[in-house]
Amino acid sequence: MRKGTLRQILLITDGCSNHGEDPIAMAALAKEQGITINVIGVLDQDIIDENGLREIEGIALSGGGVSQVVYAKQLSQTVQMVTRKAMTQTLQGVVNQELKQILGSHASFEDLPPEKRSEVMEVVEELGETVNLEVLILVDTSGSMKTKLPTVKEALFDLSLSLNARLGNNRFSIFVFPGKRGDADKVLDWTPKLEAISTVFPKLTSGGITPTGPAIREALHHFNKKRSLRSLLSDDDPYIEESM
Amino acid sequence: MMIHTSKNLCKLPAGTVVKGKWHRHSYKIVKSLGQGANGVVYLAQGGTGLVALKISDNSSAIISEVNVLRRFSEVQGVALGPCLLDVDDWFHPYINRTVSFYVMEYIKGEDFLSFIHKKGKEWIAILMLQLLGDLEKLHAAGWVFGDLKPENLIVSGSVPRVRLVDVGGTTLRGRAIKEFTEFFDRGYWGMGSRKAEPSYDLFAVAMIMINACYPNRFEKKGNEKEQLRAAILSNSYLKKYEKVLLRAIEGQYDAADEMKKDLIQLIHQSSSRQGKRVENKQKHSRKKKRLLETAFLVIFVLFAYILYLYAQIL
Repeated sequence: MRKGTLRQILLITDGCSNHGEDPIAMAALAKEQGITINVIGVLDQDIIDENGLREIEGIALSGGGVSQVVYAKQLSQTVQMVTRKAMTQTLQGVVNQELKQILGSHASFEDLPPEKRSEVMEVVEELGETVNLEVLILVDTSGSMKTKLPTVKEALFDLSLSLNARLGNNRFSIFVFPGKRGDADKVLDWTPKLEAISTVFPKLTSGGITPTGPAIREALHHFNKKRSLRSLLSDDDPYIEESM
Repeated sequence: MMIHTSKNLCKLPAGTVVKGKWHRHSYKIVKSLGQGANGVVYLAQGGTGLVALKISDNSSAIISEVNVLRRFSEVQGVALGPCLLDVDDWFHPYINRTVSFYVMEYIKGEDFLSFIHKKGKEWIAILMLQLLGDLEKLHAAGWVFGDLKPENLIVSGSVPRVRLVDVGGTTLRGRAIKEFTEFFDRGYWGMGSRKAEPSYDLFAVAMIMINACYPNRFEKKGNEKEQLRAAILSNSYLKKYEKVLLRAIEGQYDAADEMKKDLIQLIHQSSSRQGKRVENKQKHSRKKKRLLETAFLVIFVLFAYILYLYAQIL
């Protein structure tokens, strides 16, 4: 199997969207483009409202990812757990596809006897360790998230610590929403290290609206922009080879 | 798929029979032993006696742990974790879904912290020596335990022996640690990476000793290295092991054996020093007693004299 790149969007929010497109629809769009969406809902002491909870689970479900609602204190551990779990899930999905091709359309990981499953799991773990990963982190900075931002920052440091211990390469990018002018602002472009965020976060101001859907669209756009650039580059390769 | 898997798996009542789909072995649930990050562990009655049964709806996590246990059984000589007995699937009637489970040897015993609480602090270092011996073998076999913490240590047997349970965090050397707990994670304390290497486990060993003296644990604040140092120095038990604890925290041990050697040395030193201190104290108190006697005598004589003078005046 060719070693590819896993693409994820990690959405950190504390409630319901109230502006623009339906975030669940945007999540489905992401999934169609091979990008997984994970959602973490951050609570203070308060209980999250039913609508917010439903939206958080809905986005992850339609985005093919994992969701979790936590108190701000547990954020660090959750962020890395959710990311790792979603990676395994995606890789297992890929392996399941391959299994179906070999064993027929009804076969999946769970249909294998435990002994065979062990071997498959070793492949999945090997892939999880070596595959390249791109995570676009989408942080809700509206209203009540303001006080939680220092914790979010710390959790993201922690995430890069966990992921950079892997053998594969990582690239991170951070967007915040609502943006100063548009729906979301890029605060950090693709980089292998998240250390740069300490200079970015203190400057953030919080706005009133929560355009979760449009922010996801913006994030997808950022993924695609990079990919089209790369496909341009890879188109060039054969040309160079030929000319040499 | 949601992540709160273990919560979705409502507790199985005692008497429930879990029957494997592939190997057709049956297990009768006795009681719950505890809940981990990836499922619930039950005590169960199997065909040959009591066993521990771990059940989870995250089949990949179960298989991943099974792989580790299977590899452990290939390491000859010592039992590094519980012995693996069976792996299978079961249709869970309460959630109407097939879940995975594995069956392992039931290690009867007490968890590390309650053992120390009952038997006394002098056991801490002794049990850590045993643990370091096991870690040396585990590391030599190419593994790092990862999620090392008191909850994953069980003290069993009539001659107390520490055993490692719950291999969910066990990772091949050189890879990224699979599972960890903040207080015992050197990454959390800003003291190194989350790469699976022996020094990762040895940091956790030092933190287990600290946890044994600070049962409530504590959170990091600001200067983490100084904070840990202060915690060691302000506890009379930990202070004796300051040297070895600080070296482990700073990641200066590359092998469990090195740390074990230093720990043994400090145990001997501290016990001989303790002996001397007791002697000193005794001498000191004897001296004090003599001084008290003299003072008492002087006062008595003085009092008699005053009484005598008073009688004279009258």
